[in-house]
Amino acid sequence: MTFRTAAEIGRTEKGPRPLPELGDQRSATGLTSVDTVLDNGLRVIAVHQPTVPMAEVRLRIPFAGTDRRHSAIAEVLAATILTGTQRRDRVAMDTDLALVGGELGAGVDPERLAMGGNALASGLDTLLDVLADALTGAAYRDEEVEGERARLVERIAVARSQPSVIAREALQRHRYGDHPFTRETPEAADVATVTADEVRAMHRESVLPRGSVLVFVGDIAPDTVIAKIGAALAGWSSDKSAVELPDLPDVVGGDVLFVPRPGAVQSQLRLSAQAIRRTDPRYPALQLANLTYGGFFSSRLVENIREDKGYTYHARSSLEFTVRGATLLVDADTASEVTAPALLEMRYELGRLGAVPPTAEEVDTVRQYAIGSLLISTASQTGLASQLAALAPLGLGTDWLVEHPDRLAQVTAEQIAEAAREFFSPTRFTGVVVGDGAQLPALRSLGGVVE
Amino acid sequence: MPGNELTRFTLPNGLRVVLAPDPTAPVVGVSVHYDVGFRSEPEGRTGFAHLFEHLMFQGSESLEKLAHFRHVQSSGGTFNGSTHPDYTDYFEVLPSAGLERALFLEADRMRAPKITAENLANQIDVVKEEIRLNVLNRPYGGFPWILLPPVLYQTFPNAHNGYGDFTELESANLDDCAQFFDTYYAPANAVLTVAGDLDVERTRDLIDRHFGDVPARSAPDRPSFGEPRPAGQLESEHVDPHAPLPALAIGYRMPDPIAELDGYLANLVLASVLTEGDASRLQQRLVLREPLVTDVNAACGLFGPFEARDPDTFTITAVHSPDVTQDRVLAAVDDELEKLATTAPSDQELAKVVARWVAGLHREHDRLVSRTLALGSFELLYGDPGLVYQLTDRLSAVTPDAVSAAAKGLRPDSRAVLIVSPAGGEK
Repeated sequence: MTFRTAAEIGRTEKGPRPLPELGDQRSATGLTSVDTVLDNGLRVIAVHQPTVPMAEVRLRIPFAGTDRRHSAIAEVLAATILTGTQRRDRVAMDTDLALVGGELGAGVDPERLAMGGNALASGLDTLLDVLADALTGAAYRDEEVEGERARLVERIAVARSQPSVIAREALQRHRYGDHPFTRETPEAADVATVTADEVRAMHRESVLPRGSVLVFVGDIAPDTVIAKIGAALAGWSSDKSAVELPDLPDVVGGDVLFVPRPGAVQSQLRLSAQAIRRTDPRYPALQLANLTYGGFFSSRLVENIREDKGYTYHARSSLEFTVRGATLLVDADTASEVTAPALLEMRYELGRLGAVPPTAEEVDTVRQYAIGSLLISTASQTGLASQLAALAPLGLGTDWLVEHPDRLAQVTAEQIAEAAREFFSPTRFTGVVVGDGAQLPALRSLGGVVE
Repeated sequence: MPGNELTRFTLPNGLRVVLAPDPTAPVVGVSVHYDVGFRSEPEGRTGFAHLFEHLMFQGSESLEKLAHFRHVQSSGGTFNGSTHPDYTDYFEVLPSAGLERALFLEADRMRAPKITAENLANQIDVVKEEIRLNVLNRPYGGFPWILLPPVLYQTFPNAHNGYGDFTELESANLDDCAQFFDTYYAPANAVLTVAGDLDVERTRDLIDRHFGDVPARSAPDRPSFGEPRPAGQLESEHVDPHAPLPALAIGYRMPDPIAELDGYLANLVLASVLTEGDASRLQQRLVLREPLVTDVNAACGLFGPFEARDPDTFTITAVHSPDVTQDRVLAAVDDELEKLATTAPSDQELAKVVARWVAGLHREHDRLVSRTLALGSFELLYGDPGLVYQLTDRLSAVTPDAVSAAAKGLRPDSRAVLIVSPAGGEK
């Protein structure tokens, strides 16, 4: 068999062809939803989206604490809240859920306790019953607390060996010092001493409906679901409100901190700057400016350091939201020998975004992408549930989602340029680089990097 | 359910097409599956199938470098590609106004990809960064998908590292690319799938217009990758410079996923009986009761089920404390398998597994990208995309005795055991 050459493969007799125009776009059908606050202070959002016969649930409970042991106790609580109640042991929890195709999980971060799961829509009552059972009757039996505590200590060791976790912890300390927001992974030594009594006390004090939000999305009738939730969670009440994270200080621009990781074959670059909340009128412009910088594949950063220079597989900039604030995060992992040039290019593109504002073509691309990707991500039950669970703690809901494409359509090129100048100036950023110092002699010569 | 009616046809150039209209949301998914994965890459060129997947995004006759990404994203869409043992897939999901564009983009690179030395060098660098990120610079990198096959399998296609060796990636040249494309990327060796908000007749016309003149080439002969099962317990140790805790992977051979589908599905149910949920056998015994391990998982296929033809791999993996010996973990696994082999699981155990599988399939199909890719891969591997919608019934029909027989098939005297030892961990 004979083969063509690469050059022969790349051309045909007919030659290049024109790109087809876009067709007509049908808009999404409206959402039927109910958004209400129950007597116990719990906000409930229920959305009818019958794409498959399933129901998705997301619960977000503000769960901040300033005590030094808070994150360790909270981590054990999240690991054991679904391991048995007064009515059910651990096996019964899992069995009842499994029989309706269901699952529930729990996790915690410095801001919130998050529970989430799903079941066949026909098993909605069971899903609700198990969730309510955990919220009102979690038992935290000694043997479950001891077992999960031991496993957590090992999982924390595994987590802290991940370069992404090492970089995140370094960035958090560098941005926020000792603020409770930095305690994303507790110390293994603290976890090892958490008692079942401490966990039970934290449940009583902090697993509270007032200020929390419950999202249901699926093949469900919203009014019926609200009534069922009201009945199932009638026993969950307190006069107190769930605890929000204390305000974070603004991120201030400054030197990038070098964090040594001897033997690393790749470095983690993480930059960050203060941003604005979703409710700020400048937010849609910032969202589009961020996409242009590094928020998707066809961004300046990815086209530069991946597709032109081959420095990285993965580079990205994104917005990280807390209840009362937001920051910009830029991250990339690069081989040691190209770490310094990659940081140089990241900074160069930050400056260029303000100095050479997004072109008409770039503006059109990021606008279409932002609108289209929102349409795609909210077309599935899981996508819609997760979007709402992220928005709800900010006081937003389905209205904000439905109106957002229009907001994006209205942003002008000048507003995007202004957001680029205001938020992407290189001097607004600080950050960390994690890597093997012996292989990074050029890093210090860039300036603005300290150890 | 909407989306279950399928239209299938084949173009004169041999391209197989699956259409799955579903008007629920105004979005559409387009995928192309080529019948070549990393098991087909030539010796001396490990990682080539995956590298070539990257090159298919680097431009074609009508599209400059970067244009593919920009056209998809400026149409409001997302894209990706991935390389599997036996196929390579490419996809776009877009607001449905972008349907014709996605077809145009896929047709242009099927007809005339523009592969240059500069883009090849660039993407070799990008792939090396991908491997550093996912394998070399992290704990448990490549565990078990890169590390286990060379223990369980003897022949190059099954045993080698699909991500590739750096020196072999660096030696890839333009002639390798041309030969690989001409051999494997023929329309007769591919499946085009369109799912979501589409009109069948119009879509047929668009497909004819854009793919009709991709020149026909013959599909390559597909070799069998079959090899004898291991005649004993094969063992190997891997020292991981980043891992803080030891880990263990056990690999077994399984029934042929295509020719023995019911047996394969019994293994799928067995994997769930073993490790799905707190009430499952190995979670109960190894994690909660004794406890010997931090995490345990059982799975069909190194990347999940329905990704490969025969031979496919059943894996059990665990991360455990250094105080626990691997022999204790192995003995406990063998004991639980022996119990299942002797006494079939209860009806309730199976009812739980089946309900979770049904729910999981619903959720997967609710994401248009997953549904599009599943239809395409089932057309490619099974010649039957409708099987995607029958899996629920087929899984429900698996009997307790069939699961028991599957457990019996996971024999201690015919398997691979890979041990990952930490080399000190992070300081």
